[in-house]
Amino acid sequence: MELFTNQILAGIATGAIYACMALAVVMIYQAIDHLNFAQGEMAMFSTFISWQLMQWGVPYWGAFVLTLAIAFAGGIAIERLLFKPLAKAPILTNVAGFIALFSIINSCAGLIWDFTIKQYPTPFGSSPFLGSQLISTHQAGMIGVTILLLIGLFIFFQYTRIGLAMRAAASLPESARLVGINTSWMIALGWGMAAAIGSIAGMLIAPVVFLEPNMMGGVLIYGFAAAVLGGLTSPFGAVVGGFLVGIFENLAGTYIPGVGNELKLPIALALIITVLVVKPAGLFGRHIVKRV
Amino acid sequence: MLLNVKDLRAYYGQVQALHGLDFQLHQGSLTTLLGANGAGKTTTLRAICNMVRSTGSIEFDGAPLTSRSTENIVRLGIAHVPQGRGTFTTMTVEENLQLGAISRSDKAGIVSDIERMYAHFPVLKERHAQQAGTLSGGEQQMLAVARALMLRPRLMLLDEPSFGLAPLIVRDLFGILGKINREDKVTILVVEQNAQLALELADKAYVIETGRIVMAGPAKEIATNEDVRKSYLGY
Repeated sequence: MELFTNQILAGIATGAIYACMALAVVMIYQAIDHLNFAQGEMAMFSTFISWQLMQWGVPYWGAFVLTLAIAFAGGIAIERLLFKPLAKAPILTNVAGFIALFSIINSCAGLIWDFTIKQYPTPFGSSPFLGSQLISTHQAGMIGVTILLLIGLFIFFQYTRIGLAMRAAASLPESARLVGINTSWMIALGWGMAAAIGSIAGMLIAPVVFLEPNMMGGVLIYGFAAAVLGGLTSPFGAVVGGFLVGIFENLAGTYIPGVGNELKLPIALALIITVLVVKPAGLFGRHIVKRV
Repeated sequence: MLLNVKDLRAYYGQVQALHGLDFQLHQGSLTTLLGANGAGKTTTLRAICNMVRSTGSIEFDGAPLTSRSTENIVRLGIAHVPQGRGTFTTMTVEENLQLGAISRSDKAGIVSDIERMYAHFPVLKERHAQQAGTLSGGEQQMLAVARALMLRPRLMLLDEPSFGLAPLIVRDLFGILGKINREDKVTILVVEQNAQLALELADKAYVIETGRIVMAGPAKEIATNEDVRKSYLGY
């Protein structure tokens, strides 16, 4: 029983990271109708920036906040320079853009910081949380930061005018322009926020998976699985999907014989395919009906 | 003169939809643009808001609109109620009204304007926390008009507000439009297929056929014109 509870809690902790990645993916998907394959690499690069800041002597939380700001600005810059010009381009051009961005960021990180694995600090420590053997303080910190982030985002989108404008721009761009919303900047803002959310995921997971240019590969696939499971059109669904995938991954790794650590990733991919076949809009997504 | 349109030509890809329109809207007027399906009524409204590729000159209170983006044109005080109403269906009625005022920054004014809209349209007050997509067609049209008014517009463009509504509701709606025009001094341009009602309401009318204005004059005169009577009023 203790093993079971332990796996659930560990699942929630990693699920928090998948939830962040899924949320970042969904934010960009809502804004431009494309999946950002480079979301993980953007998060990895931000994490390297925070590591570099700490190497230069900036304390953890200072580096954390600075990295959020840098990631936010970087996300906006990527949208303005690369994806705004591609806004009306066919889907394959966009996919090519994402793949290019993926390899550019990945190679740049390798060039600047090389491919050796680095230790990444945690501000929460890794002792047992509240004396319990079930979960470590870092895992509890991952959950806590994610929950704070989610509450902050909820308040932003529900109760601020700019959040309302962003929702309007994502749901009906033409109507949004007709009430005077600059939809193009709302998209850029969405990119900035997605990049910042991704950087949080990167900084929280780095102590677990260690810092290196390919650290987010697996995490992003789980993030995609979470987004697809929850529904790509629903930020709430993405978060729920993230936690579910995290729990599912841990339970499958523990209880299904022969799965172990090696087969965890194929399980995420199998989950994506299953959801797409059985419930293409995901658990909370809405079906888009087009008039013909 | 509030809006001055000269030699307006509009294109959908290679297809030319408007072939040189000239028309004017006077401050405080209520003008209707009549025409059959495909005549170019919607395109005319979309061209004013720069939502379709066009050439020619459009001046709003002396300021040229042709090089401005849609959102900047709206911010000058031109509210556009599009065909199909453009309701934000997944948001609440009140959020829709707030979105109408999203380009304004006077918080107190917005709050009092929302109350004013609820006084104009009591049904919206009843449903203020409801998802806008759950409203009936008539209610959604009321919401669209209210959302447009939240801009405190100087010019309001309406694209077939009667479309899909029951005759009684259309009468209600047109009554409200007349009131907005008289009391709030909002200049209105309404595109309609329901020519009879539009001509009763408007003080000036233009008739458009295949992208050209074929007739213009006071609404009363147009209403008694033999050709208009046969083609658009059907008797």
